[in-house]
Amino acid sequence: MTAGSQVSGEVVTTAPAEPQETRADLKRKDNRAWWLVLPVVVSVAFTAIIPLMTVVNFSVQDVFSPSDRVFVGLDWFYEAVRRPENREAFVRTLLFSAQVLLVEIPLGVAIAVAMPRRGFWVSAALVLVALPLLIPWNVVGTIWQIFARADIGLGGWTINNVLGIGFNYTLDSTDAWITILVMDVWHWTPLVALLAYAGLRSIPEPYFQAAQIDGASGWATFRHIQLPRLRGVLTIAILLRFMDSFMIYTEPFVVTGGGPGNATSFLSILLSKMAVGQFDVGPAGAFSLIYFLIVQVLCYVFFTVLTRSGR
Amino acid sequence: MADIRLEGVGHSYDGGTTWALKPMTWTWRTSRAYALLGPSGCGKTTLLNIISGLITPTAGRIFFDDRDVTDVPTAGRNIAQVFQFPVLYEEMSVYDNLAFPLRNRKYPKAEIDQRVRQVSRLLGLDHLLRRRSRRLDPGRQQIVSLGRGLVRSQVAAVLLDEPLTVVDPALKWTLRSKLKEIHRDTGHTLIYVTHDQTEALTFADEVVVLNEGAIVQAGEPAELFLSPSHEFVGHFIGSPGMNMVPAEIVGDVVRVGQADVGSVADGLPPGPVRIGVRPEFVSFTRASPGVAARVTGVDRMGAYDLVHTQVGEHPVIARTTAGSGYRPDAEAFLHFPPDRTFLFRDQVRCGFLAPLDGRSAT
Repeated sequence: MTAGSQVSGEVVTTAPAEPQETRADLKRKDNRAWWLVLPVVVSVAFTAIIPLMTVVNFSVQDVFSPSDRVFVGLDWFYEAVRRPENREAFVRTLLFSAQVLLVEIPLGVAIAVAMPRRGFWVSAALVLVALPLLIPWNVVGTIWQIFARADIGLGGWTINNVLGIGFNYTLDSTDAWITILVMDVWHWTPLVALLAYAGLRSIPEPYFQAAQIDGASGWATFRHIQLPRLRGVLTIAILLRFMDSFMIYTEPFVVTGGGPGNATSFLSILLSKMAVGQFDVGPAGAFSLIYFLIVQVLCYVFFTVLTRSGR
Repeated sequence: MADIRLEGVGHSYDGGTTWALKPMTWTWRTSRAYALLGPSGCGKTTLLNIISGLITPTAGRIFFDDRDVTDVPTAGRNIAQVFQFPVLYEEMSVYDNLAFPLRNRKYPKAEIDQRVRQVSRLLGLDHLLRRRSRRLDPGRQQIVSLGRGLVRSQVAAVLLDEPLTVVDPALKWTLRSKLKEIHRDTGHTLIYVTHDQTEALTFADEVVVLNEGAIVQAGEPAELFLSPSHEFVGHFIGSPGMNMVPAEIVGDVVRVGQADVGSVADGLPPGPVRIGVRPEFVSFTRASPGVAARVTGVDRMGAYDLVHTQVGEHPVIARTTAGSGYRPDAEAFLHFPPDRTFLFRDQVRCGFLAPLDGRSAT
């Protein structure tokens, strides 16, 4: 240990000599930088803003043919809000999203907590859990469309013939709803589990050691150490799962096509029928703008509530 | 409260190739305040975690009095531990944080309240009890963590793992004396890990010096300073550390270069040896006799001067009164006082320097 070793030397005080810059110089430099932003502006305009404006344009007109159109003001918006079919689909979609969140978030967290923290089984568990995420949406739909069938599907057949419960998603609304919900849980709970797992892994070891020292039970450790530190990732998980489930299209389209009746006609299915099936671009435009707005507002509410409660 | 006895306890993180903690037998006596002192990576935290049960040792048994607790999990050992960085239940208030260890152990409500208030008063947390713990600054958070370690009245020991690292210096002194006060009042066994010698020497009844996974010396602060039994202790304690100069035993006389510095009292066999003497005890004169040295520099420390000299190739530092007036390149003659100068072989103390009493090597 050398105490008080003295450092002596000159202090360098000469600042690098730079010519004084005028305001005009600075201004010119600033403006040139805008060219760097231009590519982004152009591509965003081309892929997002202009198409969106097209939708806005459609939503205020009654279009009979490209050359024959009438300005109708906000009529389509009023109609979209008033139509009972739309209202039912809205409630249905909201109910579906709520169920998805209620099942997938706790289940995903439970899986993450149960996953091993170290050793060989970490990779095995990760691969196993991530598997459903690697399958394309329409393939997931096809898999479940066949799996749940009462005649040739393993799942449907087992429920009917082994468990002895009548199950047919092409005829029964409840069965169809359950099929779609279980499919979504199977497909997307892994996302929640992986996010939660990443969150859990980031908790420093001393927190768990302190919990042991303080005699905390397993539940108390989860409640007071793990859960509070999952807030960030769970906020993301809830937002992602809400948006995705609220806009779910491909899977129910493949499995039930919105049926039986209207049992699984979510907003997106209704919308695509309107826009692509019947080519009612005016009402569809108004409808999709409202749809877009609802998603934005609900996401904002979720985000605000979740981040506020953390403070 | 209990004696904590380690019997042949050692730990290896790589299955026995290297020992983070070499097998040791050692007893922490009840109600004493210990400082566990050593450089980073010497096994201090490992030793602490073994006592609290966070780590199961690779070898050896641990006893609390006569109860073998080697296989008892942490929760069953009744040990409190405070970590280097604040560990809080962040969404809880300060009060709930302090009450948490008691609530988990199902203490009656009135007793919890009384204990929490007692600890909060001692640590000056009274006005913060209702605050959410995550909103405090790191220093205060650490004080809350400390409070959680002290809130239980019946513990076998309180282990403190460099608990004041994140606390700012002014508060550090206050808290350290608070800890001593608490120790006096409660009679807990305290084991305080630190790599700061000042902290260790001011805090503890007994300082245990750990180096490379082994206890090299344990004793009262003064004992470690005045009579180090290992070169490491000499270096590590004291500022600056002990001077070490190679010497030789010829007959029963110890020589440094050509100068006789003292005799050997313990009948040590002749041969090379290292002599260790603290800067505080080196004295020197401007004229012979003594060990010839050349002054290389002087550090003025305010209350005293540190005169850096060189004996042959070897630096020797001497502490003198302020304004000693030595200039670089001056010649000086060093004297090593017999009862404060020790002889080391293989880093371990093998004897001390005795007066020359007219003897000489030739």
